[in-house]
Amino acid sequence: MKKTEIKRPLRLLVSKAGLDGHDRGIKIVARALRDAGMEVIYTGLHQTPQMIVSAALQEDVDAICVSILSGAHFALIKEIYGLLKKNKLSNIPIILGGIVPEDDFSKLKKLGVKKIFTPGASLQDIISFVQTNIKAQF
Amino acid sequence: MRRFSTISDVEIKELYTEKDLKNFNIEKDLGSPGEYPFTRGIHKDMYRGKPWTMRLFSGFGTATDTNKRYHILLERGQHGLSVAFDMPTLMGIDSDDPRALGEVGKCGVAIDTVRDMEVLFRGIPLDQVTTSMTINSPAIVLLAMYLVVAEKQGVSFEKVGGTIQNDILKEYIAQKEWIYPPRPSMRIIQDMMVYCTQHVPRWNTISISGYHIREAGSTAAQELAFTLADGIGYVQAGIEAGLDVDQFAPRLSFFFNAHSDFFEEIAKYRAARRMWARIMRERFKAKNPRSWILRFHTQTAGCSLTAQQPYNNIVRTALQALSGVLGGTQSLHTNSMDETLALPTELAATIALRTQQIIAEETGVINSMDPLGGSYFVESLTNEIEKEALDLIQKIDDMGGIIPAIEKGFPQKEIARASYHYQQQLERQEKIVVGVNKYVQQDEEPIETLYIDEKTEKKQITELKKIKKERNEQNVVKALQRLKKGCQGKENLMPLVMDAVREYATVGEICLSMKEVFGSYTEQSEF
Repeated sequence: MKKTEIKRPLRLLVSKAGLDGHDRGIKIVARALRDAGMEVIYTGLHQTPQMIVSAALQEDVDAICVSILSGAHFALIKEIYGLLKKNKLSNIPIILGGIVPEDDFSKLKKLGVKKIFTPGASLQDIISFVQTNIKAQF
Repeated sequence: MRRFSTISDVEIKELYTEKDLKNFNIEKDLGSPGEYPFTRGIHKDMYRGKPWTMRLFSGFGTATDTNKRYHILLERGQHGLSVAFDMPTLMGIDSDDPRALGEVGKCGVAIDTVRDMEVLFRGIPLDQVTTSMTINSPAIVLLAMYLVVAEKQGVSFEKVGGTIQNDILKEYIAQKEWIYPPRPSMRIIQDMMVYCTQHVPRWNTISISGYHIREAGSTAAQELAFTLADGIGYVQAGIEAGLDVDQFAPRLSFFFNAHSDFFEEIAKYRAARRMWARIMRERFKAKNPRSWILRFHTQTAGCSLTAQQPYNNIVRTALQALSGVLGGTQSLHTNSMDETLALPTELAATIALRTQQIIAEETGVINSMDPLGGSYFVESLTNEIEKEALDLIQKIDDMGGIIPAIEKGFPQKEIARASYHYQQQLERQEKIVVGVNKYVQQDEEPIETLYIDEKTEKKQITELKKIKKERNEQNVVKALQRLKKGCQGKENLMPLVMDAVREYATVGEICLSMKEVFGSYTEQSEF
């Protein structure tokens, strides 16, 4: 029997992790994703890993988009990924945006990060990546 | 037909002539340098008398790491210091707080107690340098620490000079590092203004900052309008605290961005001086000419730098710095080429400093004051930006001032709209960023960047634990209780915070005590 697919918009959790207040980029990305037809849940600033994972849990999201410009990406992503695993949610991909040195890319990819966007990334690239690579999870 | 506009999307004509300056009154609107309304500069002899202060914003790792960098920068000809604090310090929490995980020493130097501050200024007598500290919500704590270090060095407060950013209003608008709600935050600032007026006369108590507003995506005119509207808010707060305007206004200074649109930036600085002079003289009836002048620091635009082809950032920064100088800045920070990747390496920071030295010593631009004054184009653009900014200030006045406007989210929404508009222009290639949406290059060689060791966090936390063990716990508790009582009443908080600092109370403990009385701020998350 052919599986019937229910088409629903992708649900994305969009969040600023840690203490960093730079929210210009994430707000632009959130708006662009919404304008591209996705359902965007924006948590706002100063979110702890715990807050992000429980929001992901409650909202049944298909991906977690995190913005970190403070250099704390490694510690924060490790914590988020650990909590996702603990809650059996490690299938939810993380998309990271911010100031991330290339040397850290491979380590981060092992922690559930599916894609990293650095300064200069175009909105079109971000939208196409999400449309092509993120699947409805639930 | 192609449309020509500034980076803020102000349309520009092909040619400007005397017809564009029909209603322009040279005597009233332009004047001479050093004279009201100061459009052409605040000094009679400008950079001939005194060059701008070369001040590079710097801080990373532990206080020991940053102290080393300060000594290097001073040896290489930098004039003054400018402290960058790490994120936990900016948010008023300690290095051992769970929320500080991964952030200690990353974006700036980690400061927990006055011990760290002593190390930060080791070998730097505080009567011989001026220091700028970029800190806002916990500003009262860091200023108290600086003064206690001066005390320990045997330097009297009259000889201590510098600036503390202490501009909480723009935190709600743009930079988003807040603790308490706007109204109690303004009370803390009032106490600092009163204390410094009486005891630390060379200290600039607020650096009213447009920089972060611009970085958050505003236009040039919005940067100008929201900054001056914040300034109006602080002047009102000072008057409400019982100070005479001429007592504290001369110690207010400003901080603007130098973005990539060369003439628009120059026009912005010129308009800023003229507008502030009129605001102070006409609206606030200030009598002291020193209250009328807008002194400002400039930083080149971090948001204009690219991770792609990072060496190009040296050129961008040089051009932006030049606009700041032609616009008559009092001090200048030039960004390092590697700042979209990490904190600057020693090499990158040195090139940034040398950029300023080349402008000052080789180009000859300092020989004559306000060299663009009288240009049909620059004067027209100055008038236009002034008009747009005045309209925005009028809107804020109509809302009842900047605090109600912030509470309504007005500046926040205006900025978000402008930043989205610019991003769309980039996507359509109506605006160009070299190396990003044009002249893109594949296979770039990565450049060397500064790496902040994960051990920094451990080192800092170990040190903090040691201090907590050594200090007199009872005295700390007593000092914090006295501070809380002060927060509940009307007593000036500055001496109370200094007492807590002397007992080695931490930044986190002091801010928490105040938060228990003042409450905390949360933003409506809109996008």
